[in-house]
Formats: sequence, C-alpha cells, structure tokens
Amino acid sequence: MSNIEQFKNRNVSEEYFLVDIEDYPTDGWGKFKRVVKRTFQGELFVGLWVVLREMIKFDIHTVQYPKEKMPIGPRYRAVHEMKRLWESGTERCIGCGLCEKICISDCIRMETKIDENSRKEVSEYSINLGRCIFCGYCAEVCPELAITHGGRYENASEQRAHFVMYEDMLTPIDMLKAGQQQEFEGFGAITPHEDERVKKTPLAY
Amino acid sequence: MSNITINIDGREIQTEEGEFILNAARANDIFIPAICYLTRCSPTLACRLCLVEADGKQVYACNAKAKDGMNVTTSTETIETERRAIMEVYDVNHPLECGVCDQSGECELQNYTLEMGVDSQSYAIKDVDRKDKDWGHIHYNPGLCIVCERCVTVCKDMIGDNALKTVSRNADTIDNEFKEGMPKDAYAMWNKLNKSLIGLTSGEEMLDCTSCGECAAVCPVGALVDTHFIYKSNAWELHQVPATCGHCSAGCQITYDVKHTSIENSDDKIYRVMNEWNYVSLCGAGRYGYDYDNKVEAKDEAAFANAIEAFKKADTIAFTSTITNEEAMILQSLKEKFGYKLVNEEAKAFQTFLKNYSEISGTSLYGSDLTQTHAADFIVSLGTALKSDNPNARYAFNNAISMNKGAGLYFHPLKDPIIDGIGKNVMSIAHAPLAEEAVLYLLLDLFADKSKLPASVVEYIASFHSEKTVTVEETIKEKVTEIVKVKKVNEETGEEEEVEEEKTSMVPKKISKDVQVDENRLLEIVDAPKNFTESLEKFLAKKESFSLIVGPDLYTHPNAKNLARLVALLEKYSAFKLVMIPSLTNTLGVALICDLDDARGTYTVGYNTKGDFTLSALGNGDLDMPALNQQEGTLTSIDKRVNPTNAAVGYKGYELNDIANALGISTKLTVDYTLKLPTYKGFKAELFDNLPNRYENDGTEVRGYLLDIIANEPSADESVEAITDDKLDGSIIYLANPVRQFSEFTNKSANLTEKSGLYMSESYLKTSNFNEGDTVRVKTQNGEFTTKIISDNKIEGEIATLPTFDSNLNSQALFSGYRFSTATIQGV
Repeated sequence: MSNIEQFKNRNVSEEYFLVDIEDYPTDGWGKFKRVVKRTFQGELFVGLWVVLREMIKFDIHTVQYPKEKMPIGPRYRAVHEMKRLWESGTERCIGCGLCEKICISDCIRMETKIDENSRKEVSEYSINLGRCIFCGYCAEVCPELAITHGGRYENASEQRAHFVMYEDMLTPIDMLKAGQQQEFEGFGAITPHEDERVKKTPLAY
Repeated sequence: MSNITINIDGREIQTEEGEFILNAARANDIFIPAICYLTRCSPTLACRLCLVEADGKQVYACNAKAKDGMNVTTSTETIETERRAIMEVYDVNHPLECGVCDQSGECELQNYTLEMGVDSQSYAIKDVDRKDKDWGHIHYNPGLCIVCERCVTVCKDMIGDNALKTVSRNADTIDNEFKEGMPKDAYAMWNKLNKSLIGLTSGEEMLDCTSCGECAAVCPVGALVDTHFIYKSNAWELHQVPATCGHCSAGCQITYDVKHTSIENSDDKIYRVMNEWNYVSLCGAGRYGYDYDNKVEAKDEAAFANAIEAFKKADTIAFTSTITNEEAMILQSLKEKFGYKLVNEEAKAFQTFLKNYSEISGTSLYGSDLTQTHAADFIVSLGTALKSDNPNARYAFNNAISMNKGAGLYFHPLKDPIIDGIGKNVMSIAHAPLAEEAVLYLLLDLFADKSKLPASVVEYIASFHSEKTVTVEETIKEKVTEIVKVKKVNEETGEEEEVEEEKTSMVPKKISKDVQVDENRLLEIVDAPKNFTESLEKFLAKKESFSLIVGPDLYTHPNAKNLARLVALLEKYSAFKLVMIPSLTNTLGVALICDLDDARGTYTVGYNTKGDFTLSALGNGDLDMPALNQQEGTLTSIDKRVNPTNAAVGYKGYELNDIANALGISTKLTVDYTLKLPTYKGFKAELFDNLPNRYENDGTEVRGYLLDIIANEPSADESVEAITDDKLDGSIIYLANPVRQFSEFTNKSANLTEKSGLYMSESYLKTSNFNEGDTVRVKTQNGEFTTKIISDNKIEGEIATLPTFDSNLNSQALFSGYRFSTATIQGV
C-alpha cells in the first residue's frame, strides 16, 4: 500500500509551482471592492494599445482566405480523386469493387460491364458525399492506387453531387501530361523501399 | 454395402465399405484438401492434393476406398511438401487478375494458395498464348484455367453431354532441373497440367450441348463463366436467397443471387442462379431462366375490383400447375366455400393416373425417388422425352449408368441422340406411339416374378411366346496347317534363301445350325432391335438395383387407366423401384391438394391460363399475380418432397390471398396455408418458417419434408386389359419442348432464346423436302396453324415436335390429350 503514495504525489517536477491566486471574496463588501478595483485599473486600454501597436507595425500573419490558402498536407483526406496511369493515360480503376465493399458508410456504388476489348469497364461510378465520412478506407484498400483523397476541402455548391462526377474526379489528361498528377501519400500508398522487400517470381524467359 | 469404422487423424468414423476416404472424411467434417474431385462423379486425379497416408502408404483420398480398421493420416511432412509444391505449380503463370476476375474471391486456387502458405515461387515455365474463347452461353478464359477437369467430369458423369474434353496445350517441356528437384506428385501433376487445356468435343466455335451451364458452376477459378454474368457483379455483393426452382417437377435447390438493379434503382434484381453442385445439378432453364418475375409497380385497385366481380360471377377456376402448394390450397378453399369447378387438365390426368395406380399398388404414391435412381444400376425409362420433361431425371439416368457400371433401356418413339450418347450400355427402343402397353407387358414378361403375377396376366404374356426353328450362322475358329515359303538369311553363308516352314493358324469359318428358339412377339410389337435379347443379357449381368422412370406420355394415353394398373403391377411384382415424372412444376402438389373437375362451366376465371377473366403472373392478364420467384411458399417435387421457396425479388401488386381475403376466406399470409395442407393426403402440419432448405456435408438433403405415403386397401382385382391394335398413321407430331424450355415462364427469360415452331431432326429434314425456316401448315383432326420449321440436332427420327412453351402457338389445341398425334405437314 505504501506504493500508492507515489501516484498521489502530483508534483511531477520541482519546477512546478502553484499560482498565487487571491481568495475569492465571500462577502458583499469584498465583491464591491473588487469591482471598483477592476473598473478603474484601465486594463481595457492595455488591450486596445496592443491592437493599435500591431496595426501600425504592418506585420500581419492572418491568411487572407479565400484569396490566400494554406498548403494542405499530402495525407489530408478531402474530396476524392481518380488517378490515371502515368504511361498510358488510361484510368487506373479496374472496377474491382473493393472500395464499394469496404466503405463503412455505404456511399460508393459502381456498375461494370465488359467492353469492346473484352476488358472490365466501369460504366458508372458514384460517391454519395452526403454520407461520406472521409475515413480514407477506399483509398487504403484500392489495389491500383486509383481512388485517393485530394486536397479540395471546400464543399459548397448547389448540389453535393457536383463534387463526385466521375469525369471531374479523374485527373484531366492535360494535367497528367504536364506531370501535375499528385500521388497520394496517405494510407494505402506504396511504402518506401518496397522493391527491396519483394521476393521476385522466377521467369522462364 | 456394410458399415465399417475407419480412423482418420485419431478420430473413429463410421462409413460404408467401398466409400472413398475423401467422401467419408467430408461427411464427418474432416478437411482434406482437394480441387478436382466432384461428389457423385468419378475421380480424375488431376490435382493430387488429396494425398493422404492410409496404413502407412500414400494414397489419393478421392479414389482410395475405405477398408475396415484403416488408419488415415491427412497430413505428414512429405504430404505437406507435396501440397505446397502443387499449389506453387498451379500459381505458375496464373495471371494476377483477381481484381477483375468474375470468381471474385470464391476462388479455390486463391483459397488453397493461402491454405498451403505459398509466399514464394520456385518454378517457372514459358507461357503459351492462351486466348479467350466465346463458346456461346459459356465464356472460356484458358489463361485462368488450372485444368482440374471438373467441367469435363461433370459434363460426362453427371450431365451426359460429353461436350468438353482436354486438348493439347502445345507448351514447352518442363525443365529437367525441376524434375529432379521437386516432389514426385507435384511433378506428375505439373507434367499433366502442362500438356492440356479444355476444348470442345465437337467443332471449335460453339458449345453443342444442352446448355446447362454446370461446367461454369463447378469451375473452381474464373476460367469458365456464364456469358450473361461476365463483369456484372462481384460475388460478395450478391445476397443469396435460398429457393426451389420453379420450372419443372425436379424441384432443384437453388439460390437466387440478388443485388440492387443499378446506382439509381435500389430494387433487387437477380444476377445469377447458384446451386450446391456437389449434390444437385441444374439444367439450363433453372440456371439461366431466372428473370421471369412479374414487374408490378403498384396495386391496381380497379383491376382488383374487377377481379372480385369476376370471382362472384364465375363458376370455374382454370389454372396451370406453375403455382405453389399454398395457392393450390387457396383455390381448394375457394372451391369448398363457393363451389367453383377447378379445371387443370394436366394435373387431372396425373391425379387420375395416380388413383388408378394406387388401386393395385395399395399406396397413394410411387415408391421411389431420383436419389434412388442415382444409386441404381439398371434403369428403364418409359413414356417420357427424358431430357426435356425432367432434366434431373435424365442426369440421374446418365449418372447411374456412368458411375454404377449400370445399364439402361430407353423406350420412346422419339429418338434421342443425347440418350444414345450416354454409352454402349444404353439401348434406345423407338417403339410406335400407343405401344406403351406392349412395352409394359414386355417389362412384366422380362422382370416380374411370374409366380406372384395374376395367372391371367401370366397366361396373356405366354400367348406372345412361340417356339421357332431358326437357322443360325455361327462363326467358329478352325485350325489350319499350311506350308509357306519364307525367305531367311542362312546364318552360315550369310545369304538369303527360301525355306519351307509349317505354319498353323486359326481361321474363322462360318457354319449354319438349326436351333430351337423362343420367339417373343412383344419384342416385335415394340420394334425392339434384333440384338435386344443378347444385349439385355449382357446389361443385366451383376445388376442389383433396378429403377423405372415413367413419364407424362402415359398420363394422357387413351388407355391411361390400363397403363397405370400395369405400372403398379410392375412395381409390385418386380425389383423395379418406380418414379413418376409429374408433368409440370407442381403437378404432384396440385393433384394431391385440389379436387379437380373435368370441364369448364359458363364463366371461367383463368390463373396463368386464358379465361373470361385472367389472373396472370406473366403480366398479360387482367390482374397481375406474382411469379414463382416473387413468392414464398412450397412446391412438391418428383421426389415427393415439399420444398420451401422464397421471394427473390419484390412484388408490389395483389396476390391470390388478397382475393381470397376479399371473398371472405380470411388468412393473413399465403404461407399460413402451409400448416393447413391436407395431412390425409400425406402433407405434414408444419409451419413454413420451420422448413429447412439445405444439404448436409454428407449429401443428405435437408429440405422441407417428405410426403407421407398413405397406404390404402389394394383392390383384389388385379386384372389388366389386353393390348389394343391402335396405331397412328402418317406423319406424327409430338408435344415436347426443346431442352431449357418448360412453359411461358421460361419463354419470358431473356437468356433462353429457343424459338417456337415445328422442331424437326436433321435427318428428317434431309428426307423431307422442307428446309429450316420454311413456313408450314400443321393440321390435325383438332385444328391447324402455320408455323416455321426449326432444325434440331438434339432429336432424331421422323417425328416432329411441337413445343408448349409459347402460348401464341397454342400447340395443345392440335392434340386430343395424348402427346402424339397424326398430322399433315404442308409447305405454305
């Protein structure tokens, strides 16, 4: 039982000290004295002076949103994006349906069919942003790094559906050609040194 | 078969003598990995994964038979090494397309690769070009194929089409380095795998078969896929609704796989039909004809009010047997309350047949079922176009003959190349229409115990026999000695010289002999082939279990009553176990539940058939009704089993129970009638919700319940009538559907594309002056119509068939009950 004392001792460091706070007045006279003291001390003007001083220094740190925007972290999870393959420019999405399966708010649906080249084609893709909780599971589970989260956090429009038109989510082809497609670095992205960890399959060629 | 005890991994289990170790293990929930083995089919030994140690010796569990006291170890270090190597070999050059593969995780290759812990690859071989093949309703991707041959096996041993085979892969030989270094069985398996792929038996382009799709169902990977399902949905998205197929009387257990129709439309839609292929095999109608639901958006109150008016006016309800037992019960309740006549010709014929049968047999129902047919080794089929009347009876026929070293006789006027293709142990006897009685007398003659048969019958049968002297040509072998000149090299001189040598040889010689033989005129009457007696003798060697299948031709035969009595005699006094094929989905249920009348009255309400007011689940009537895949209820199958089925897709309109409620027979749900089904007819007082619908691991069918067979006092009068000399002259037409079509419901399905018209065999078309596509006028004494000729390579001989699945054709109108009729066919 003696050990319990060490947990009761909350003086984690000797540098800690208790702030000297006056006792609260308990009677009416004491309260009156405190009001008079605070009123005539002029603390209001101290605050006003700080504002005035900073204003004439012209050294402002406020971000001028929406004219200015802060850079967003690469792992930030905002409205989804669909990526293209760097080499061919075709869509990365293979229509495997894993994002649809893993989505915990059940907001992704897709329709697939066989296309003229006998490949699986995603004919319709929809994310219901009204239900999406931006958990990032879809991006994490995607085997092709096709669906990712982007940095576009401004969700104001007449309709939420405006953000999730498949064509709008897809990287524009000119951006891709200009090398401006950004890889997502959040969960599900390739970890560094992946190549060194993979054991290669032998080939008979 | 005797019960024995074997020990697997320290567990004592009971099994039968001669059962495969793998089946014994599976029946007792012991896991032995295996890919290529299919229950009810022969072992292929393609995968070799089921390697086990039995009494210290390595054997394959799928083809090693259990012996009493056997000790089996399912896993040793060597076996584990073999299995891991086998899975590595399967993974060689297998594409990593799992993300788009239609197997979508229901993949045995994936499962076993993980099970054996394959995390690296030691083998490699140069891949060959393997292009996709579109075989019509089946799509083959050889790139994904692991050549387990399950498709080939099921097509041969279960279905009987023999449409698939293994073909050459044209691959490089396996590097010698691997041969020396790798486990023995894995190498042997790889060597076989590396030589073959799956191909078609006939032709290159299209599958020529009865299109059941069982090959795609058993495929452990995504190599064989139903064309309609390609890239439509992942397996995990589909919700499985356990049900009973509503197309024929086999009552196969199926699951409807449903999910939302599209992104916008959340209503359920059926994407495919699945089955427990180890225990039940589907036909093409069951597998592909699932989209026959009646889409009704809302309750049509005006039509409902009209229906109530019509019911008040009517004195007759005419209906078909594509309804549930519960609906039949509602109709019967309506009859009891309001005195309606219930008219259903086809069920009435079956009901009468059963009644006549039970007078002699003393039982309300036939004694056997298709499960026993599967186990039989001598099967006779009579009075049914087996492959289209009940595909499952055909599978049982084929399966028993190929698996039990069985033999079979197929009596039917319409020649069937599918039945002939089963093998040498099947004899087709194309008797003339109306000769079914003679066939039954012949069967009585050949198989019945004459000491028990009524004396008059024995006497009558004896009247067909006569002694006859025939001259037989016999071939004997005679020893002949001759002197021949041979050129030989003289060993001393080294020169070639002619030497005379004596040579004896056996030379066949024909001699004639006069023999007294017993001539059976019945054989002549049924047009039996000349070698019938000899072949039958061969067929019957070592046979123990006999099965008789009779079908709908008999129920509407002009002498149906006599046939029913003959069938009963045959079942009673011979070793045959009898199964009857009910003509439609629930004919048996309707025949048991409803008191049926012969003729319609003045005002008829039709249910799925034309009436003065028509209720229809096809969507073409005055008031919509739900189709069988939109209803809960039970269906009575050929196996005398009451199987539950569930609603796969939604239905928003009125159903029969609503009408009954409005007429004052108050019951909340249609399935409340399940409890009220007549127990004195053999049904059980079971709640619908308590009915199971599954198969156990040992193949036991735990579905619904079996009907009780009610014993009645058999009549002392066992007399039967003599054969009539009636014959059909001229061209003959037969009322039968092509395979995959049963009714207007299968006709509605988009996947089943059979056309309606006059089906003629290729040989018939050659001898007649008609061509495929010609418009002809078909005329019988009952009526006539014009239709187009369709060439059908699944029938042979000179009988044309008219299908019943298209109500626009109204083929039944040409026939007077019996399925055969004389007709004139003229070009237009």
